[in-house]
Amino acid sequence: MTYLRTVLHHLAKDLRLESRSRDALNGMLFFSLLVVVLFSISFDPTRAVSREITGGILWTAILFSTTTALNQSWTRELRHHSLDAQRLAPAPASALLLGKALANFLLVTILEVVLALIFIVFYNVNVLGNAWLLLLVLPLGTWSLVMNGTFFAALSLRTRSRELMLPLLLFPVSIPALLAMVQATQSILTADSDPTLWIKLLAGYCIVFTLVCLMLFSTVLAAE
Amino acid sequence: MKLFLRIWFVATLAVLARGLYVALFVVPADADQGNIQRIFYYHLPSAILGLIFPYLNFAASVAYLALRRGNPLAALRADAFALATAEITILFTTIGLATGILWARPVWGIWWTWDARLTSFLLLWLLYVSYMMVRRFSSTGQTHTLAAVLSVFAAIDVPIVFMSIRWWRTQHPSPVFGGGQGSGLDHSMLPAVWWNLAAWAMWGVFLAAARYRLERLHQQQQMDAALAATEATA
Repeated sequence: MTYLRTVLHHLAKDLRLESRSRDALNGMLFFSLLVVVLFSISFDPTRAVSREITGGILWTAILFSTTTALNQSWTRELRHHSLDAQRLAPAPASALLLGKALANFLLVTILEVVLALIFIVFYNVNVLGNAWLLLLVLPLGTWSLVMNGTFFAALSLRTRSRELMLPLLLFPVSIPALLAMVQATQSILTADSDPTLWIKLLAGYCIVFTLVCLMLFSTVLAAE
Repeated sequence: MKLFLRIWFVATLAVLARGLYVALFVVPADADQGNIQRIFYYHLPSAILGLIFPYLNFAASVAYLALRRGNPLAALRADAFALATAEITILFTTIGLATGILWARPVWGIWWTWDARLTSFLLLWLLYVSYMMVRRFSSTGQTHTLAAVLSVFAAIDVPIVFMSIRWWRTQHPSPVFGGGQGSGLDHSMLPAVWWNLAAWAMWGVFLAAARYRLERLHQQQQMDAALAATEATA
């Protein structure tokens, strides 16, 4: 119960910080818009083709823009040495990670709602399969990126070129999750195949890596 | 230790020479592929060893995380071993990928195909390159812990990668090239496989041992320097 309250404290703090500055959200939204426009110009999506590549473009846009927000969510803690204060605090370290990951999850979800509108406008997407399954795939995919991403952002905070380090760590580990998200989204959009296997894989990935992140976070936070 | 390493090195060279001789002159050329198939004797050992060394790296990393509070000196040994095995992993996976690409071009007609085995092997390589990146970029003192944490992530990721890539490639069947390599191997070719497997395994062990020694000396030097600095200020 105390643990849950600590997590909610961290979540509320991060959301309040973000609502005051809106740095991460604005940067992320504009960046993802740019990625989508760049992809559209590079691939010239006509209606038939667009449905087959939309899943890939959507998730790469989300992945790229998520990394911009993730770095900021920790650099914020460096100001005024608040991260050192967190390290000294008697509260469990994993609650900090979980709160931050939840905050990032909400931000990326906002991004996805906006991106969905952009895709409907720019790519003329309409869903041929079970559209409600997207309500399962999107949160699961987002969580897998955000949980690992928040963890690795904290890890790369301890390295020299931290902005560069996050994608170098996050992308290789996220490849199976990315594959599952793209395949699931694709098969929902085109209704060509059954997405169940990929959704299961994604759920398994989320569970496994959430546990690993929570278990190892205190080690990373205390690394000296 | 030093003498043993030298003897081991000489023995490794002898077995490597024997492996080369058997692979090039003793075993017959492949009926379909001709002499090109002989690269397989270098490809297979590298690929197998590239899959064994990550386990050693993972074990050493877990040992480091477990020991780092209670027994820091033993933990440093584990970390040196983790570093050595990670570098050898990259070496063998690189050789495995490179020889595979060289073989694929004349036999399949293409350098690369995104089939299950190739893709997951490439991802293994990527994971260990990012492991080395962490070691290179992190500031001293934190390197060991951060790298060990990443090694745990890589170890958990690899089985998921293998399964997901297999599902991916079976859902979208791609043209099957060549058929199974190991399945169709003639008995007359086996000596070349065994000799080269032994030779490259010995070579890998030698390199890992040498790298481990080097890293231990490096650690020793750092500890001495830290000690000297403390004494100077005291």
